[in-house]
Amino acid sequence: MLCHYGYEDGSGFYYIRIDTDKCCTCAEKPCVQACPAGLFAVCLDDYDEEVVEIREEARNRLKERCTVCKNRENAGQSPRCVQACPFDALQHTW
Amino acid sequence: MAEEFWRWSETSWRNPDLEGWQKGTLTAGVDIGSTSTQAVLLSDKRLVAYASIRTGANSKDSAHNAMRKVFDLTGLRQEDIAFTVGTGYGRVNVPFADKTITEITCHAKGAHYIYGSTVRTILDMGGQDCKAIHCDETGRVVSFMMNDKCAAGTGRGMEVIADLLGVPIEEIGERSLQVEKDPPPITSQCVVFAKTEVGHLMREGWTKEQVLAAYCEAMAERVARLLRQNEMVEDFAITGGIAKNIGVVKRIERLMHVKALQSDYDSQIAGALGGAVLGYDLLQRRKKRARKTE
Repeated sequence: MLCHYGYEDGSGFYYIRIDTDKCCTCAEKPCVQACPAGLFAVCLDDYDEEVVEIREEARNRLKERCTVCKNRENAGQSPRCVQACPFDALQHTW
Repeated sequence: MAEEFWRWSETSWRNPDLEGWQKGTLTAGVDIGSTSTQAVLLSDKRLVAYASIRTGANSKDSAHNAMRKVFDLTGLRQEDIAFTVGTGYGRVNVPFADKTITEITCHAKGAHYIYGSTVRTILDMGGQDCKAIHCDETGRVVSFMMNDKCAAGTGRGMEVIADLLGVPIEEIGERSLQVEKDPPPITSQCVVFAKTEVGHLMREGWTKEQVLAAYCEAMAERVARLLRQNEMVEDFAITGGIAKNIGVVKRIERLMHVKALQSDYDSQIAGALGGAVLGYDLLQRRKKRARKTE
């Protein structure tokens, strides 16, 4: 399943996409540790698969919470979560 | 008391084909939304009754009240229900739920039940959020994208405009179509600013119908963006309260070049209905497992 966590407001589309079909095969979930803002949490989804999700309190604040990594992106490096994911399951839409 | 134009009517329904019916396995779904609460009762996956009420200040009371309505219609009691699923934004507040499931999974399953296995894209337009869901032929979610950051593109936004213009919310859709030519959409994303913009347009001499058309168009454009970002595959269906607003539905259809599937069911029950279906499936799986281990 492709889960898009985030929002759209007047300034743009801010979503983190998690491909849970890939994510559930990952035992380590290194993204949880890698994220400097601590956005990720491991959960059991509705289909009983162990996946990561974006914490509820952060879902509507991604634009601010991801600033550190957006600065990295400007320097040509991908966000830390995307870099840490061994299964290419994470993507930012902005 | 001042007239409240935003107040949509609560509904309840009992299946008339079930006179003298044989009770099967009864499962229930309770969907506590930000604005409305629904309870749906199924007997062996056949729809028995449902109720849709406004969510009050207390979600637990709303869950009880919706369920009580269903019990009043059917003469059943809580003890008769084999499994209850709580869903929606207030799902943790269903005290009698055996399991909670997110509304996204439930809406996909509910739409699959209502519209059949050909439905692939579901747009749920709720009271305070909006979700685009893409599902497979079994009603399992393939992808979803939701927006609950602001009230634009939701039922609450429509309620605000209904009150502002003094047009009963049920009439907005029809009246928004009574314009010769669609005016340009409201430009403000935010409902609070949209109110200011509407006030300005009224002073400029726009008719209520023109303003409603502009607002419905703005809402349609906003959710169309969400649909395009997620994935738009036919067949397409709209659930939630705004599905009853023909002005928004027609404009989404035009923007997306699709036709939305029609149904006799109340579009607001999809989440609770999906919950009850998933509850039944879960119960069957458990029974099967128990039989295997015997």
